[in-house]
Amino acid sequence: MIFLDNLINGLSLGSIYAIIALGYTMVYGIARMLNFAHGDVIMVGAYIAFCGLQYWGLPPVLAFVVAMLFCTCLGITIEGLAYRPLRQATSLAVLITAIGMSYLLQNIALMIWGANPKSFPTTFINGSSIRLGQLNISTAAIITILANVVIMVGLTLFTSRTKLGKAMRCVSEDRGAAELMGINVNRTISLTFAIGSALAAIAGILLCSSYPILQPTTGSMPGIKAFTAAVFGGIGSIPGAMLGGILLGVIEIFGKAYISTELGDAIVFAVLIIVLLVKPAGLLGKPMREKV
Amino acid sequence: MTKAKRKRLIYNLVTFGLVIGAFIILENMIAAKAISRSLKGQLVPICAWIIMAVSLNLVIGFSGELSLGHAGFMSIGAYTGAVVSGWLVAAFDMQDPILRLVLTILAGGILAGIFGVLIGIPVLRLRGDYLAIVTLAFGEIIRNLVNVLYIGTADGNLHFAFLNKEMPANVTMLVDGAKGAVKIKPISTFEVGFVLILITLLVVLNLVNSRAGRAIQATRDNRIAAESMGVSVTKYKMMAFVTAAVLAGMAGALYGLNSSTVVPTQFTFNQSINVLVFVVLGGLGNVLGSIISATFLTVLPEVLREFADYRMLVYAVVLILVMIFTNNPTTRAIADRLFAPVKKLFHKDRRETAGGGDVK
Repeated sequence: MIFLDNLINGLSLGSIYAIIALGYTMVYGIARMLNFAHGDVIMVGAYIAFCGLQYWGLPPVLAFVVAMLFCTCLGITIEGLAYRPLRQATSLAVLITAIGMSYLLQNIALMIWGANPKSFPTTFINGSSIRLGQLNISTAAIITILANVVIMVGLTLFTSRTKLGKAMRCVSEDRGAAELMGINVNRTISLTFAIGSALAAIAGILLCSSYPILQPTTGSMPGIKAFTAAVFGGIGSIPGAMLGGILLGVIEIFGKAYISTELGDAIVFAVLIIVLLVKPAGLLGKPMREKV
Repeated sequence: MTKAKRKRLIYNLVTFGLVIGAFIILENMIAAKAISRSLKGQLVPICAWIIMAVSLNLVIGFSGELSLGHAGFMSIGAYTGAVVSGWLVAAFDMQDPILRLVLTILAGGILAGIFGVLIGIPVLRLRGDYLAIVTLAFGEIIRNLVNVLYIGTADGNLHFAFLNKEMPANVTMLVDGAKGAVKIKPISTFEVGFVLILITLLVVLNLVNSRAGRAIQATRDNRIAAESMGVSVTKYKMMAFVTAAVLAGMAGALYGLNSSTVVPTQFTFNQSINVLVFVVLGGLGNVLGSIISATFLTVLPEVLREFADYRMLVYAVVLILVMIFTNNPTTRAIADRLFAPVKKLFHKDRRETAGGGDVK
């Protein structure tokens, strides 16, 4: 029974990682940059939802939509202000900028909401649970896993069926050729950031529904782990992000349960290192060839 | 002597001159008691941060790889320092603080260097963003492991325990898990810190201006071109990485032995970012710049108390702005135009003497 409990916890945590990892993997696939600030967009989304419920008295659905819209705008703004001027720059410069952006978001949140952890309201997803025999499954876990499946299917359909989605795949394959074919590269990259950030808002709300402690650094650790998940599954691949996220969540929960609670993070990062050494392209990624 | 060589010599002399000059002035101020208590307490940390910044600059500025786990090496040095210093007292009853400090700094450097090799072998096979994230992962792993590490001395012997604290009854704890390294006798001095800075400068500037250093910079500028010229990329990146790790370990030992406790939370990812800000603000590949920015950014929050709350916010903005201004073609063109009269002033005589000799 404990095993099954852990498995469900792992799947739920993994689903959150997977949703965050989707944002990373899409942006990395298209803009070839590691958006370090992605984890902090999660935190902003959670704070906005928190404010919507606690201070502005919005109904949960509306608070959810407001948080998503806010994060979408935030993502587009970040991309336009900080990353677009560096389109031609080295990856080192872009990465340092992204780290700066991550710290900027954290510190702005610190100024607005303070360092004291806020407890996230359970009105979104109430704390009830379903009993199946001896098994207790929390509603939050079920909703998280379901949301993950819906997002995954939706995104796959979007990228394979719609014109915008196809444009995104084109840009990720060859930016120059896409531009020659009349695709607006800047707009496509903005769109990617918008989708990634909206997903981050969802992930933030789901994360805080399961682990209801909200503070300015809430997003950074899940963010880094989700990046690990994206690399694990093969960066740039949407099913890969999903698989990597879920596996990583399960590994983390089992590691904490059976090896050591304190070493949970270390185990996750060890997985990242082993994957990169043994299979640098990730589980479902295609190895990239280098052109001279 | 070629022009490039002369320029480099002048740069190195200015760097050493400034450091030594600053040291002499500070020593005289200390002797004359013309220095505030808080600033005096800051002197050793400043030395440690300067070494951290210069060594990280070797990795980022010269070998062109972003390492986000530099604080991890510092923590290895700090912990080693605390343990070795405690052990030397317990086992050999060594009282001479300077000798003990030198030995512990050496030990810290060596252990950090060993970790540097162990980490470097897998890490340096990767490139770019992957390398950055893996160094970050290693930094976090080191912090995690230190959190569950217990080291104590009993009867002059060292006792290690991992995860659970199983120690003999008469043990004196040196490292106590999440409480960090405890009951350290502060023995670091500004003089030793200064000598360590000089050693760091000697090592880094010599390495950078040597054949190996040129190879390191070649791998940064164009990996494929360097490889096809027969430069072993891994070997030279490793050289830069391990040298930086050793120096960071030494800085860590110096820093750790400056206070009575060292806790794992002192060496988080944030600390690595702090050092990164020093390096970026001072200029990638500019050793003197790293020294100056490390000094100012360590002193500034102490002097401007109100500023301390906004420190990280300002750092973040600085990181973004510096990167955009130095890497965006438009802003660079504007900056070039703005500074053109100043540059002309300095380069005037050179252009006349150079004649048509320089071909670009």
